[in-house]
Amino acid sequence: MSIVEDARQLAQGAMQGAMAKAVALAPDSWVPGGKPDPLIARQHGHVGKPVSRLDGPLKVSGTARFAAEFSFDNMVYGALVYSTIAKGRIVEIDTGEAEAAPGVVTVMTHRNAPRLNPPPVFLSNPKAAGGDTLPVMQDDRIHWNGEPVAVVLAQTQEQADHAASLIRVRYAEETALLGFEEAKARGTRQGLFMGPPLHNEIGEAEAALAAAPVKVDATYRTPRHNHNAIELHAVTVAWQGETLRVHDASQLVAHTAWSMAQIFGIDAAQVVITSPFVGGGFGGKCMWQHHILAAAAAKVAGRPVRLVLSREGVYRIVGGRSLTEQRVALGASPDGKLKALIHTGTTAKTADNVMPEPFIMPTRSAYAAETMLLDVQTVELDMLANTFMRAPGEAVGTFALESAIDELAEALAIDPIELRMRNDPEKDPISGLPFSSHNLAEAYRAGAERFGWGARAARPGAVRDGEWLVGMGCATGTYPYYRMPGGAARITLRSDGHATIDIAAHEMGMGTATAQTQVAADRLGLELDAITFNYGDSTLPGVVLAGGSQQTASIGASVIAAHHALVKELLKTAGNDSPLAGLEPDQVASRDGGLCKLDDPARYESYASILRRAQRDTICVEASPPQPLETMHWSMHSHCAMFCEVRVNAVTGEPRVSRFLGSFDCGRILNPKTASSQFRGGIIMGLGLALMEETLFDERNGRIMNPSLADYHVPVHMDVPDIDVIWTDIADPHTPMGAHGIGEIGITGTGAAIANAIYNATGKRVRDLPITLDKLL
Amino acid sequence: MTPFGYSRAQDVADAVRRGGEAGTMYLGGGTNLVDLMRETIERPTMLVDVTGLSRDITETPDGGLRIGAAARNTALAEDRRVRTRYPVLTRAIVAGASAQIRNMATVGGNLLQRTRCGYFYDDDGSRCNKRAPGQGCDAIEGFNRNHAILGASSACVAVHPSDMCVALAALDAVVHLESSAGPRVLRFTDFHRLPGDHPQIETMLQPGELITAIELPPLPFARRSTYRKVRDRSSYAFALVSVAAAIEIENGRVGAVRIALGGVAHKPWRASKAEAALRGQPANAASFAAAAEAELADARPLKDNGFKIALAKRAIVAVLETLA
Amino acid sequence: MAITINGDAVSVPDDPRVSLLDLLREDLRLTGTKKGCNQGACGACTVLVDGERILSCLALAVQYDGRAITTIEGLGAAGALHPLQQAFIEHDGFQCGYCTPGQICSAVAMVAEARRGVPSHVTGDLDAGAITLTHDELRERMSGNLCRCGAHNGIMAAIAETFAEAAE
Repeated sequence: MSIVEDARQLAQGAMQGAMAKAVALAPDSWVPGGKPDPLIARQHGHVGKPVSRLDGPLKVSGTARFAAEFSFDNMVYGALVYSTIAKGRIVEIDTGEAEAAPGVVTVMTHRNAPRLNPPPVFLSNPKAAGGDTLPVMQDDRIHWNGEPVAVVLAQTQEQADHAASLIRVRYAEETALLGFEEAKARGTRQGLFMGPPLHNEIGEAEAALAAAPVKVDATYRTPRHNHNAIELHAVTVAWQGETLRVHDASQLVAHTAWSMAQIFGIDAAQVVITSPFVGGGFGGKCMWQHHILAAAAAKVAGRPVRLVLSREGVYRIVGGRSLTEQRVALGASPDGKLKALIHTGTTAKTADNVMPEPFIMPTRSAYAAETMLLDVQTVELDMLANTFMRAPGEAVGTFALESAIDELAEALAIDPIELRMRNDPEKDPISGLPFSSHNLAEAYRAGAERFGWGARAARPGAVRDGEWLVGMGCATGTYPYYRMPGGAARITLRSDGHATIDIAAHEMGMGTATAQTQVAADRLGLELDAITFNYGDSTLPGVVLAGGSQQTASIGASVIAAHHALVKELLKTAGNDSPLAGLEPDQVASRDGGLCKLDDPARYESYASILRRAQRDTICVEASPPQPLETMHWSMHSHCAMFCEVRVNAVTGEPRVSRFLGSFDCGRILNPKTASSQFRGGIIMGLGLALMEETLFDERNGRIMNPSLADYHVPVHMDVPDIDVIWTDIADPHTPMGAHGIGEIGITGTGAAIANAIYNATGKRVRDLPITLDKLL
Repeated sequence: MTPFGYSRAQDVADAVRRGGEAGTMYLGGGTNLVDLMRETIERPTMLVDVTGLSRDITETPDGGLRIGAAARNTALAEDRRVRTRYPVLTRAIVAGASAQIRNMATVGGNLLQRTRCGYFYDDDGSRCNKRAPGQGCDAIEGFNRNHAILGASSACVAVHPSDMCVALAALDAVVHLESSAGPRVLRFTDFHRLPGDHPQIETMLQPGELITAIELPPLPFARRSTYRKVRDRSSYAFALVSVAAAIEIENGRVGAVRIALGGVAHKPWRASKAEAALRGQPANAASFAAAAEAELADARPLKDNGFKIALAKRAIVAVLETLA
Repeated sequence: MAITINGDAVSVPDDPRVSLLDLLREDLRLTGTKKGCNQGACGACTVLVDGERILSCLALAVQYDGRAITTIEGLGAAGALHPLQQAFIEHDGFQCGYCTPGQICSAVAMVAEARRGVPSHVTGDLDAGAITLTHDELRERMSGNLCRCGAHNGIMAAIAETFAEAAE
């Protein structure tokens, strides 16, 4: 089908307007998801059950092994030295004392590092994994304050750390561009995201704003953030002959294997990345310099290497979320209909990465405004490349947008939920595509009722409990449904009725292995203990990013494809003596450890019987799903309604969240237990974003000044109240299992819900995150 | 970490004999020193472990308490006598750090905590007069939201991070020291220094001198005392501002009063001006506010920390109102 | 002399720079104890020393000569889990699992502290004898263990259920 061929190109970056239009207009049945996944209708299987994590016993007993917990014989320990200037050249690097220090095996600098190709930057190729394109330790140039300038390998970590402290570097410093205001004054550039510009216009928004009877127009600022997964970034690497073996903490094993191969000029099959457990990712556990430096140093030393970044090291060389400055202007008629929606602003990136924080993303599909102007401008600073962090775009974009909606609601004297409902779009406001699933109103209805929204005092500062001012706020969150190309899965069915699913996917705590085991069990008609789900290994099929909340869809579609291939193979194998003889794949389904005719379940044969008769021990199939055209055919999004109660101390200004409820519309929930945790986890990171998180970037020298968990505050137990989560559980008819990925939705809307609650409590509108007590005094 | 030797002190005499050697430092719970050594900010060549020395908490003849310097923070906080007679001290200790750290940290070591200023901690990337005297201070024009509003100098604007010490400053504690020259005693409020031109010198300790005990005087009215800590995160965060106070009220008027502030200066800040302003005054909000004004009159804000002045005043008033 | 780790005598490392955490992880391959910051700011390295919780990253191993250390491996094993470990699974008190051993070790000692009457920042009456582990007491006492995945609610539920007699 030509449409699929075209789509392949499209997916590889050749975005064609005409193509998108063709897919939009194609009949549903031509498009993946056009026929609902049969699992959606299945009500009493494993899917939807609160199964406890299958890897739970390993994790609670400390026997789950993370990247830094694998060892090789003859292994040495690495330590990095980081630049202390933002831009310039290394004039002299004195490694003599370090080389002479006890236990030191190798000191690697740009002078003796092996020649390497620059990293392929993310999105430059479907398998590219690099945070930026900068060459790694190949010359004397310094590009940011904190760039690695030397690697020390020693017999012990203590020796390596000490020797690293003995290295002396002299720089020729050049003037770096570090100030956000200064950079803006020099001029901004159009932000591009995954190819196209971050720019949309419908009608004349500025004119409509000027003419609108009621309007709000304000600027919101969000700071830099760091992921701060508790596991430090680490690799344990060895060159085994010509093969590079990497124990990694990764959310993209296949991408990393391919990218490392490009960098070292070897075949992708010569790089094996495994990552059975990842101690938190959130967008941060992609490929950064420590992978490359550890592998290069291992080559120089001829020894396996363990390189665990210090916490400071994580801040120095693993990018975080960039800062944003956003204008949101809303014009409305007195009845609250949006006449104009303007969401524009600027974010900082580097010259060598492709990641402008795309804060207008949520606004594209949120409201049925008559006119819109959306735009992201960028400036390029001499800093560490920023990157994806949980809900890039939406996490901070919804803070600005949903704060503004709250401000408009007050200006209109309309309840903020009612205002949102009056502008709830019936189709995608930009593309005009129908929504695949859109039940925000139901999420609000259920959430408001359960939270007790009706008890909210509309007048700010009206509720006081002793020293504490109490307020309520709400906000909408949204995150797109993505499915990236490249998925593939292998199913190996044994004659004892056990199936193994192999896919190069990832488990960073999302519950993937558990939920996907449930899905596979239902799809194959097997019990949970008859399924083995293998992941986290670049030698397995598929190029599956655990990011963009797309892994659930990617795995789901891949396993559907593999299951289809398995059924075909089984029917062929079953032959003419089977009760299934003569049936086509579309006529059969899996049930109870075998296949049956869809409309005649009694026509059945078990997998074991089929394989036994064919004298086969196993059947093994591998398949890839069709290209993800569905996202061009429907407007596909998750939604949530967030409700927050805060208490702000009238004496000290201390803001504390006392209650929170998230009401989600994210398709069908595969596992309520792990899904609840995902939702809560996003909300808690959103609580941090709202109240305490900020990476301090000193614009005088480009240095991050709080590179520690003592100084970069993430929420502690005392900050986290009991968080209520509910969901519509309405299946999206156009996605595998009717599900959406849910890793990021929880952080969207949370910041604004908290900010709006703080306004309701105090009458103070804080538009600069984080909302610390000094802003509330 | 720079290589170093390690030995355990058998007794105080053994400790001070070895502690006088160049490059030697005493090691308590290690919760700050080990971290600073890992950051190469501290580079001792020998550690003398003094955690085996006295950790006893005993009554003094005059009705106070003597606390062995090796007592763990938790042990001090949970001591029945401390909870009853000096609740401000228990409250201050449990407001600090985390339970794990309080279990490790010694009382003596708590006094010797060094500042958490980010520029001080950035050994090779930032200028700091405390780390490298004469180098300059990157905090004065840098991120200084957490920094001092009282008693700072053009050389240093860092703050002392301890909570426990704020209570000790309020309680008129004394510090018992021992060196090869013999024992001596310092008032707690004289133990820490303001930065002046030599911010690298943080205490009045002589080289090799060992803290052996903290003594709390009998202070009957301290039964009515408390500690309030204001911070960004609800737990496990350093103070932006904290207040330790004890107050005696007779016939509606302030009698004896002790107030100390944390998070505002290079040392635990005894609020003598506020105390003076309060003595004999009616125990009401107006007096408390006037006292707070008096104490903060000399406060000097930096770029990011001006809010601390108002915050400190509010916190002082609120604490006194709680106790009144 | 030696350090006793989960009942086994282990000799003290020659290099006094070796932290208790690195002794466990690198020398003894007891990797259940985690390194999250190596600076006393996250709690992932929490172990028990003679029953008390400490941070093994800030502990020089040599200082613990003669002491008895219990790590997550000594608390329970897959197949013979400690009731709190089981409760963590039931209540989904973790996601990535990295802070989990520290949370569990911390909670075990936390309950002992409360039984002993050690007050916390949120304890109302310092003169009261026993501590009732209210939700606030639990949250405050566990605040030295960071979790970035956001499993806080599940952790609290697991602890409250396991130590119900001490909890409210």
